[in-house]
This record gives sequence, structure tokens and C-alpha cells, in this order.
Amino acid sequence: MSDDIPPRPAEVDLAAAYEESGVRGILQELEDTMIGLGPVKQRIRETAALLLVDQARRQLGLATETPTLHMSFTGNPGTGKTTVALKMASLLHRLGYVRKGHLVTVTRDDLVGQYIGHTAPKTKEILKKAMGGVLFIDEAYYLYRPENERDYGQEAIEILLQVMENNRDDLVVILAGYGDRMDRFFESNPGFRSRIAHHIEFPDYSDEELLRIAEAMLHGQNYRFDPEARKAMADYIRARRTQPHFANARSIRNALDRARLRQANRLFSEAQGPLGADALSTICEQDLRASRVFRGGLDTGRVVQSTAAE
Amino acid sequence: MRLTQGQFSFLPDLTDEQIREQAQYAIDKGWAVSVEYTDDPHPRNTYWEMWGHPMFDNPDAAAVVFEVNECRKEHGSKYIRVIAFDSSHGWESIRMSFIVNRPSDEPGFRVVRQEGEGRIIRYTVESYAVREPEGRRYA
Repeated sequence: MSDDIPPRPAEVDLAAAYEESGVRGILQELEDTMIGLGPVKQRIRETAALLLVDQARRQLGLATETPTLHMSFTGNPGTGKTTVALKMASLLHRLGYVRKGHLVTVTRDDLVGQYIGHTAPKTKEILKKAMGGVLFIDEAYYLYRPENERDYGQEAIEILLQVMENNRDDLVVILAGYGDRMDRFFESNPGFRSRIAHHIEFPDYSDEELLRIAEAMLHGQNYRFDPEARKAMADYIRARRTQPHFANARSIRNALDRARLRQANRLFSEAQGPLGADALSTICEQDLRASRVFRGGLDTGRVVQSTAAE
Repeated sequence: MRLTQGQFSFLPDLTDEQIREQAQYAIDKGWAVSVEYTDDPHPRNTYWEMWGHPMFDNPDAAAVVFEVNECRKEHGSKYIRVIAFDSSHGWESIRMSFIVNRPSDEPGFRVVRQEGEGRIIRYTVESYAVREPEGRRYA
């Protein structure tokens, strides 16, 4: 509307733009709070650099179109896809590519309706909610069910593709899921493949990294391992990895929850007299060694399905 | 005759970008924004047809512009307005209302005089548009 467009600057100071946008804070936070994930961090740094340069080019009038920012995150469960998506949303917000920077996490159920004519309004409702932010579609391959040609998922996919193309300025879509199944999903929906510029692969955590994650989690809750318990945890991770339903960091979180339960139980039954803060916040070896994982895993005793969802 | 009711109606029509900014203002205030349409432009016609639900939980106004454009596809020859409802205690009413779409041809209003008892004359206004049945009022 305004007639007096400010004159274009002749040059751009990238370092100043970097400082100003607060991207450094987010990258630093990513570095500090996420353990491991080397390749992912590398890709995010590259993406941030690309977006900063693009922003600079735009100031000089060299670029006009919004770059395609839709992404796909592939990796096994519990490798931090959702957490990174959250960071990505605030990164894009700082760089001014999304206006609000909130993250809307959905799965097939939130997009696909139950009867004819139900899907389109449902999908549009979610898309509207995500506008100005990031839409995170978890296990996106469930949207496409080739075995049922009348599946409503196809309708949701069509609307998604349309909005991803036409409202590129308004929202960024991140698809997430297991690597091999996402590959098959992209093969059968070439429209998605071509609209997604950034494919980021999340590697599994190493045993060492999982142990550090366990300690960081406990630290966050004001608990700690004693030295024997730390060794037990390392053994636990090694044993757990070979057993079914292993979900990286999420398995660790569940194990720690159960260890806290056992610790509370132990304190309750053994305590004679008052307990100090130290006793209340220390996880001992026996709290971990009691785990079923050390006795051959889930197959012994009652079979409990650990949730591999998300 | 250009219909003037609600906010900004003496200004040139708002662009989509301006609609977005106004709606964003309302959203940031915590008001529920919704889109409505009608083909009866009488000023006392308070309740217009709702286009979808009020958008209670959309943090960004791009969704409002999206819905306005969807509504234009369906009801492009009618009046469309965006309203913002403030649910906070003591207000509980519409805080913003502005027209975002109008028919290409607005025939205006006529004065109707009714002779009452004695020499009383009652005046009322009627839109020329409403002489046609609903749905056929604007081309």
C-alpha cells in the first residue's frame, strides 16, 4: 500500500543479522539440551544459514519467492523428532518465516474423518490452527492406505498438498515417521516428495549418549545415580537395546520412571527414622537391577506392550 | 449506494493484508473471530449467516483470511463481514465488525411511509434488494 518504499541497502551484514535474529540462542540451546544427534544439528545449522542468507538476499532485492520450508524427519521412535520440531518452529519464528512459531502436533486421527464429507472440514480446521506456525504430522504414512482405495486419507493428502503449495507463507509442514515407511509413502505420493525440500534423518542414539540422556533426565527432576547405579544403567541400556519395542530415549524415560517408583517403595519399606534430601534423591543400584530387562526382558512374566507410538 | 455499517466502511475496501492485520489485532486481544454473510443489508439485520464456527483457537489471522476467501468463492455476490466477539465478563458482545466483501451493485434503500391514526406518519427504510426473494437479490 505505502508508496514510499525504503531504499534498498547496498550491502548486508550477515553477522549482525545473525546476532539480531536470536538464532544463535536457539542453536546454542539445541546444542546444550539435545545430546548426540550430530547430523541433525548439522542440517539445522545449514538450514539456518540458508534462511539467513535468503533473508539477506531478499533485502537486496535478489530473491522474491519464499523458499520451500516443508520438511520430513525420519528416524526410529524416541530419537527426538518432536523435540527438534519444536526447536525448528521457534527457529523459523526468529527468522521471520512463520509469524507465530507455535507447533501443532497431529496424527492421522486428527486429519481424517470417519465418514464421507467429514475429512475436508477436519483437515482444514487443523490447517487453520497451524497457520502462522508449524504443523507436525507424526507417522505421516498412515495417511495413505493403499490397501483401501476408498480410504479418506487420500482426501486429507490432497487438501494438505493444496495448502502446502498455496499457503506457503502461512505454514510449514513437517512430516515425521520411520525411515523405511516414509520412503514408501513418498514413493506412492510423489506430490509430497517434490514439495518437501529438507529431508532430515535422525540416527539412533549410542549407548554412551543414552546414558548421558538418562543422567540429564534425572538431573532435570533433581534425582541422581550413585556410582553403582550408573553402571547398572549402562548395563540396562545395553540389555534393553536388544529387546523388542526399544524406543531410544523414550525407553530410558520409562525405565527411569519405574526406577523412581522402586526407589520410593524401597525408602518406604526400609526407612527407619527421618530421611535426608540425599536419600530422597538418589537412585541406587537395586532400583535398576530389579528391572525385568535383566531377567530376559518382556517375554518373562506378563507381556506388556511398550508403546512405540509417537 | 455504498453500504456503510461496522468499522472502516467509509474507507476503500480493505485488502487481504489489511483484513489479516485487523483480525490479528482481535486475536491478540483474545477475541473470537468469525466470518458471516448475508444478502439482506438492512442495518437492523443483526444476525447474519455464520460461515463455519467462530475461530476460538487459531493463533494466527491467516486462517481468517483463508476462510474469508473460501466464503467469497461461495457467496462472492453477497455481503461478508468479519466480527470479533469478546467473551470477557462485562463485555460479552461484539467488539469489532467490518465488511470485507460487498456485491458489485448495491441498489440502496427507499423510505416507506405508513399513515397511522390521526395524521401520524411512520417512516421505515427498506432495501431495494430485498424485494427479490432470498438467493436472487444480487446477480
